[in-house]
Amino acid sequence: MPDALTLGWHQYRLERRMFWRNPSAAFFNFVLPLLFLFLIGAIVSGDQDALDVIVPGIAGMSVLSTTFSALAMNLVFLREQGVLKRMRGTPLPSGAYLGALAANAVTNAAIQVTIVVVSGRLFFGTGWPEDYLELVVFVVAGVACLAALGVAYSHLIPNFDSAPAFVNVVFLPVIFVSGVFFDAEDAPAFLRDIGRALPLTHVIDGLSGAMVTGASLADNAGSLGVIALWGIGGAVLAIRGFSWDAKRS
Amino acid sequence: MSSPAIEVRDLRKSYGTHDAVRGIDFEVARGEVFGLLGPNGAGKTTTVEVLEGYRDRTSGEVSVLGFDPGTRPRELRSRVGIVLQAGGMYRFVTVREAVTHWARLYPHPRDVEEVIAVAGLQEKADARVRTLSGGQARRLDLALALVGDPELIFLDEPTTGFDPAARRAAWDTIRSLRDLGKTVLLTTHYLDEAQELADRVAIIKAGRILAIGRPAELGVGALTRARVTWRDEDGRVQEREVEDPTRLVHDLTAAALAHGGTVAELTVSRPSLEDVYLELTADAAADAPIPPVPARA
Ligand SMILES: Nc1ncnc2c1ncn2[C@@H]1O[C@H](COP(=O)(O)OP(=O)(O)OP(=O)(O)O)[C@@H](O)[C@H]1O
Ligand SMILES: [Mg+2]
Repeated sequence: MPDALTLGWHQYRLERRMFWRNPSAAFFNFVLPLLFLFLIGAIVSGDQDALDVIVPGIAGMSVLSTTFSALAMNLVFLREQGVLKRMRGTPLPSGAYLGALAANAVTNAAIQVTIVVVSGRLFFGTGWPEDYLELVVFVVAGVACLAALGVAYSHLIPNFDSAPAFVNVVFLPVIFVSGVFFDAEDAPAFLRDIGRALPLTHVIDGLSGAMVTGASLADNAGSLGVIALWGIGGAVLAIRGFSWDAKRS
Repeated sequence: MSSPAIEVRDLRKSYGTHDAVRGIDFEVARGEVFGLLGPNGAGKTTTVEVLEGYRDRTSGEVSVLGFDPGTRPRELRSRVGIVLQAGGMYRFVTVREAVTHWARLYPHPRDVEEVIAVAGLQEKADARVRTLSGGQARRLDLALALVGDPELIFLDEPTTGFDPAARRAAWDTIRSLRDLGKTVLLTTHYLDEAQELADRVAIIKAGRILAIGRPAELGVGALTRARVTWRDEDGRVQEREVEDPTRLVHDLTAAALAHGGTVAELTVSRPSLEDVYLELTADAAADAPIPPVPARA
């Protein structure tokens, strides 16, 4: 019997190939954060403080959209189309399959964060990250946490037609209160408190520490803790409510 | 090899208050092609998906290749091939990529090109799945179910949407599976399909098995009477159902010969599986006592 890791790798390769087979989707996937970056960069042009907020903010938004949003949408689609059900009838272990789907999302997150970091250096004066370890740790933690939450959230979405609405009703408010576009500390207290309770703010704090402010991993340990809590909760819910079949029995 | 491939004992499945399967029993021997035949909503898919491990049963005993499918052991999944009634597929994958990928998931797969040929998809091997016609997509379903070289194959309405030639080809494929010693459980609405392919058939309606046996036996066993039809001298079609047609045919032909004439359009027929099916699944018959049919072959 082929082992789970090998099968997961094959499945991951298939997912990557399928991702690139839909070139327009792939293109917009990578262009969207850049578009945000350049538009807002143009609006605040010259204001380095604002740029220093926006570059890590957009990097955090990229992690959210490639993992939470993309996985929730993708899973609802695969469930509704009956692909999940078909995969479930093969000897492919469930963990290997879901791992491959998650790894696919993680790859997109890594590509997007790289694009944002490089653009920040080339066009927005943010410099190269000062602490690569911190950058990697927060990208990995953010990806794991938000991917788990995306899978868990897909259970709430009844069908693919409603998936964009379900995803955006979370995505848009979260990017606003989490300090993607402005320093979360400048927001009114109640918004700031909501933002601080959510994981994305802490992912952005970590990225900002690594890229701009120089706050170290130790300084941001609390943020890592919040991300871990959300991640564990998300993972439990992701596994619990999982449905392979659009027609539940 | 002696234990049956599939054993079902008093299987019941309810969806909320709706009893979809109400206590059915059957066995499928190894190497047998077994057909589940019944109208829409009879409980065929429910039964098959319990055996495939997709649905939990409400009660009863089931065993598939000696395993309890409810626990979905991986070994069982590697020895079983499944054609779902409705199964989705990656839209941008090509036929060959899909079959190749599926082959990797199994320990002893068949040759990819051979399976594509068996499914009649050579010309579409490089086409993307979303460009396939309905019948071609269905053939891909069959290819994906066969590529792992399973010993037991579940086919839930495998030929729905096929043109006549493709149906014949699929029948040949299914017969070749039997020749290879595989066990097949198939559901169908097509009586000719059941008659052509299945060693035994269970007719199921409203979650109960109404009759079970070899297709030929079902026809004879359920309605032992022969139907004699002919056109009388006034040109009207006459029809009689009799236990033994010898006497009637003799009287008819003797009378005709006495006048130096013939019996126009004389036929003597036994009920086909179709007659049995229609009789058993007619609504009036649903609550009536079950006709005298052998409950087991
Ligand atoms: N997931 C479900 N939830 C609720 N009811 C269901 C579900 N699946 C099937 N049913 C009901 O159970 C009954 C049997 O359905 P099933 O799909 O097993 O029929 P079938 O014999 O396969 O029919 P068909 O020939 O149309 O495919 C139907 O009345 C159907 O509405
Ligand atoms: Mg069905």
